[in-house]
Order: sequence, then structure tokens, then C-alpha cells
Amino acid sequence: MSHAIRADKFLLDADRTTWHDETLWFVREKRDRAVYAVPEFQELRELASGIKNHTLSRLDLYLQEFEAAAKANGVHVHWAADAAEHNAIILDITRKAGATRIVKSKSMLTEECHLNPFLIQHGIEVVDTDLGERIIQFRDEPPSHIVLPAIHLKKEDVGDTFHTHLGTDKGENDPQRLTEAARQHLRAKFLAGEVAISGVNFAIAETGAVVVCTNEGNADLGVNLARVHIAAMGIEKIIPRLSDLGVFTRLLARSATGQPVTTYTSHFAKPAPGKEMHIVIVDNGRTQQLGRPDFRASLKCIRCGACMNTCPVYRRSGGHSYDFTVPGPIGAILSPNIDMKKHSSLPFASTLCGSCTDVCPVKIDIHTQLYKWRQVLGEANEIPASKKWGMKFMGRVLASTRVYGLGGQFARKALRLLPHGLTHAPSMNAWAVARELPEAPKQSFREWYAKQPAPAAPSKTSA
Amino acid sequence: MKVALFVPCYIDQFYPQVGIATLQLLEKLGVQAHFPAQQTCCGQPLANSGCESDALPIYKHFVETFSDYDYVVAPSGSCVYHVRKHFDKLDQTADVQHVRGAAYDLIDFISTVLKVDALPGAFPHKVGLHLSCHGQRGLHQANESEMTPVRDGQLSRLLRSLDGIELTQLNRNDECCGFGGTFCVSEAGISARMGQDRVADHVRNGTQVLTGSDMSCLMHLEGIVRRAKLPIKVMHAAEILNGVLVNA
Ligand code: SF4
Repeated sequence: MSHAIRADKFLLDADRTTWHDETLWFVREKRDRAVYAVPEFQELRELASGIKNHTLSRLDLYLQEFEAAAKANGVHVHWAADAAEHNAIILDITRKAGATRIVKSKSMLTEECHLNPFLIQHGIEVVDTDLGERIIQFRDEPPSHIVLPAIHLKKEDVGDTFHTHLGTDKGENDPQRLTEAARQHLRAKFLAGEVAISGVNFAIAETGAVVVCTNEGNADLGVNLARVHIAAMGIEKIIPRLSDLGVFTRLLARSATGQPVTTYTSHFAKPAPGKEMHIVIVDNGRTQQLGRPDFRASLKCIRCGACMNTCPVYRRSGGHSYDFTVPGPIGAILSPNIDMKKHSSLPFASTLCGSCTDVCPVKIDIHTQLYKWRQVLGEANEIPASKKWGMKFMGRVLASTRVYGLGGQFARKALRLLPHGLTHAPSMNAWAVARELPEAPKQSFREWYAKQPAPAAPSKTSA
Repeated sequence: MKVALFVPCYIDQFYPQVGIATLQLLEKLGVQAHFPAQQTCCGQPLANSGCESDALPIYKHFVETFSDYDYVVAPSGSCVYHVRKHFDKLDQTADVQHVRGAAYDLIDFISTVLKVDALPGAFPHKVGLHLSCHGQRGLHQANESEMTPVRDGQLSRLLRSLDGIELTQLNRNDECCGFGGTFCVSEAGISARMGQDRVADHVRNGTQVLTGSDMSCLMHLEGIVRRAKLPIKVMHAAEILNGVLVNA
């Protein structure tokens, strides 16, 4: 199913679409205010982009440096080539710890690896402790945004969900009361948690520490209460030095939510006495993307979500329309790397307006990469055949002045003569579903120009 | 100065008055532009659809058509952006490099090359500007709201110099209109919704005349305005500027 078809479903509810668009635009505006207030913001972007480019160019070395430092800190380091390995490693650690209850703080990587269903299948309870994540976990839905996982839901939806799963009063929509109910529920889960899983926002090669940014403090709570901490990180999360971190924390929160910095920026370097800490370093397609020169810059992404908030297509189609762990513009670059056929429509789910590129704190040339994916998909015959052949035909027409002129005359005449109901039949003409066609003039510009007196057109070889 | 007029295929066929206004406006500004008759299209619709290789013959035809001129001026920022940015797929011969550098959007040409920032004339209407993304973010004709709060640009400066004109203050200054070339067909639902939202911003803030320097966005917005029978007139900026200038 293509993005357009899923988007059409979302669009059916016009009011909800408006609400979704406006909610995300509100976040984007908040981001603008926070960014305009930092005069050196563009320099920060440049710096962050440079650090990431540098790191990606010697990723293997930094990963080894990181591993050595983490081991020296008493941390167990594991390497996973793909999602299956990642999941197996985490199950293994959990079993060895004799645990059956896991509390998890938000991690798009575990989402990408479909960790939750895997663990549940193996008889282990996994509770997402980020409020938004918990809501969608109750509803058995994937996140629709990487920073705001439940942004597709209104407070009424949350009220219904909590009524079903937490026994709140029917019709209770007050955010404060709903949050309180979730807090009580999660407190019990935190206390019972034996293993805490967290994501990783930044991994510092120099120190072997991982940094996790949250606004709810749920990563800290989980990790501090549980016996075992497992941090799951993609290989691209590395930054070289602790002194680089400030560049990214200043960019991340501002770009994500318009905050100066996330409420909790937690550093985990070594296990507390008597406890265990594990880091699982995951590839899952990232090396392959690193090997695609046109798309390697996508690995610079720090998952702030700003490109989603700004994307006019995402705002009106919702995260689920992308059917990929990371939706929006950056997701449309990452997804064909994983499965070109399945995600072939995503690079086309963009007007290439370039807003994503301008907003991206690490200066990923997002819209240029979308354009390049289209060419790759075209060459690989992963675009609809009708489009492919239509474009081939157009190529012939437009490379020849004569054929083009005749074709234009014919089309205009047809437009003028055919009845409106036919030229505007939605089944034949997608343009006409919502728009009138331009009125076809009797003569084209070139026909007009040819009739003008000669002096208007000096010979092109004369100076 | 040898100036060629490039009239993109859809303007040639559907909006000849925009081509005429462009030609006449340039004349009034002292530039005799020539329209090479063998021109067709820049190839953008194909390339944006993932068929860049099928577009190469069109690119070559474009370069052959325009390589003799100092400037190639078009009333469509997105075609110009395409020539500048995506003709990198051709072998970079001297001709190709020359044409890529010589391509100018009309408004860009007026302000950057002719160095005209103000025009005499009156246009006593409330005018809403639609900055095309390719013009704004691609050709840097105005500040992007992602980068800076300053809302300025070449076209708004030119328009503001007209007597009696009032420019609409939009809620979302530079939101994309949703045209996006073949996007308007392959993602028709989203495209329409974006266009409707864009038009609604103008309606809400009182636009009487909707203008811009990229006819492709305007074609899409006009289609929505006409379908909804809204009291908004859509005009290319060349039509406004040409209309207010008396013959030199
Ligand atoms: S691509 Fe850039 S803007 Fe989008 S989520 Fe990643 S870092 Fe943020």
C-alpha cells in the first residue's frame, strides 16, 4: 500500500487532520522562538554537522574506542548485526538475571527491532514508561512520531484508553487526572522492574558513557530501581569527546520541542555497586547505508523530530501513513535502505520544499536525498509502471520542439472542446479531484510570439 | 547583454499571458529578450518522478537552445532551480556550466542583475504573496522561517515599492502550497489539502490578489480558488509589475 493511500485515510477526518497539523505547527513555532533566541544557532548546526561527518568517516575506530572505555568502566558490551541478534541478546541477559519484568524508557531502536512483541512472546513483561509510549502500548499501536509518539491521539482518545486499561472514569478527559492515573500505575511498575532498558541519545567514545535525554525522568527512575540496565544503541550514536556533547544537547531539545535543554540529560557510565550494566551496539542496516555515498549523511540524524514537525506532508498525513519506525522526511530516507520495495513510495511523499533540510540541526540534506532516492527507485523499476512509461513518453515529446508543439495544441484543443464532466472526471484526472484545470487559451505563448513583428526578436548571433 | 526568455512548457500552453507580461516587463526595463523557438521544457517533471535518465535528452536540448545567451530568464523559480541544481547530471562542458549559471528567475534577474529594487506605479490592492519553496529555499530569494525571523525577499521589496499596495500578513509565512510537480497527482489528496490550507491562510488574512513569481504554485492555487469560487484573483508577479509600468 502506498503512502498516498494511507494518507487519504487520514485525510478523511478533516477536523482531525486540521488538529494534527496545528498541533505540530505549534511545536514548530515553539522551536522557532527557541532558535531565533540563539544568535549562533547556524554555527552550532555547522559544528554539529562537522562533528558527525568526522565521526562517520572513522566510525569503526570510535566504536572500538567506546567499547574499550565502556569495558574499563565495568560495562558488558554486546554487538548485534541485526534486529534478531539485538532481541536475542536482550532476552539472554534478562534470563541470566532471572528476571521476568522489564521497564523500558523510550527507545526508537528497540521499536525498530520489534523488541516488545519478541519479549512478550517469551513470557517477559515489558512496560514502556514514557507516558506517550505507554498510551500507545495500551492501544497496541506503533508510535506515530519519534519524539511525540502519541501525537496522533487527542485527549479524548487517551481518556478512552485509560478508562479501558487503568479504570479511570468513563469520559474523564482532564489531562492532569489522566496523567496522575498513569503515574500511579507506572510507579508500581517501576518498583517491580528487575531490568531497565533505555535507549541512547549519545555515546561518548572518550569516556564509554551513554547519555539519555528525557523529559519525564523515567529512564533514571527505571535504571536506578532495577538490578540490570541494558542500553540499546545504534552504531551512529557515537560522538568522539565529552566536550562535543554540549553542541548536541543545545541543538536537540531546541529542535525537538523548543526547550533550551531536555529536563533530564542523564549520563550512565558504570554500574552501581552490585548491579549490572550492558550496552548493545546495533547495526541493523546502518553499515549498508554508510556504504551508500548519497545517503550516508542520513546517519547524522539525532532523532529530534524537527523535520517531521515542519513537514507539511507529515503534518497532514500522520506518522502511521509512513508505515515505518521513523516516519516523516528522514524516515523516507532511512526506510528504502531497509526494504526498497516495501517503502518505495516514501521518497515521493514530499513536495521537496526543503523545509526539512533547513530545520535539521545536523544539516542533513534531506530533500536532496529524497530526490536521489527517487532516481534510485526509478532505475530499480520500483516506481509504478504507468508513471515510468508516461515519463518515458514525455521525455520523447519534450526533447523535440516539433512533437511538443503539436502535442500542446492537441491537448489544449481537447481541453477546450471536451465537456467539463469529462476533463474533470476524478477517476481519470487526479488533478481535478480538488482543483479546476487551467482554462486552455486559444493560442500558446509561442504561437503568439511567432506573430509578433520581427524587431522584437533580434537574431541570437547578433551582439 | 543577450537575454533569452525561457517560457516553461505549462506557461507556454496554459498561461501565455504570463510569458507576454514577462517579455514586456523586461522590455520596459530596457532588456530586449529573445524567445528561442526550439525550446521545450527543463525536464523537471521527469526528474522529480525518478526518471532522471529519461530527462537527459531534454536537458541537452535545453543547453543547446540556450548556450549562446548571457542570461536565460524564466517566470518560474522552480524550473530555474532545476536547471541550476540538477543539470549536474550532464557532463559539465563549458556550455552546460554556462547555462546553469545563466539561468535566472525573473524576479531574481530584475533585482540581482538589473539591480532594480523599486518600481514606479500603483497597485491599490491587498496582495498576498506566495513564495515558492524553490525560489525561497532553493534560490534564496527570501529568508526561510526555519533560519531567521526576518521576513523579507526580493519580490516583497519590489511589490512594496508600488503605491497603494498592502501586503497580506500570513499566519504561516512560507508554508509549501503542495503543488510539488507530479506530487500533485501522485499524492493528490495531500496536495489538495495543502493547497486548500494555503488558500485559507490568504482568505483569513484578506488577500484580494494572490501572486508569486512561480507560476507552477500559482496554477495549483488558482485551481483551488476557482473550484471553491473564492473572490481571489491569481496573477503572476510579472502581470502585476508589467501592468503598472507605463511603456518606457
Ligand atoms: S533528520 Fe534532522 S531534523 Fe529530522 S529527526 Fe534527524 S536530526 Fe532531526
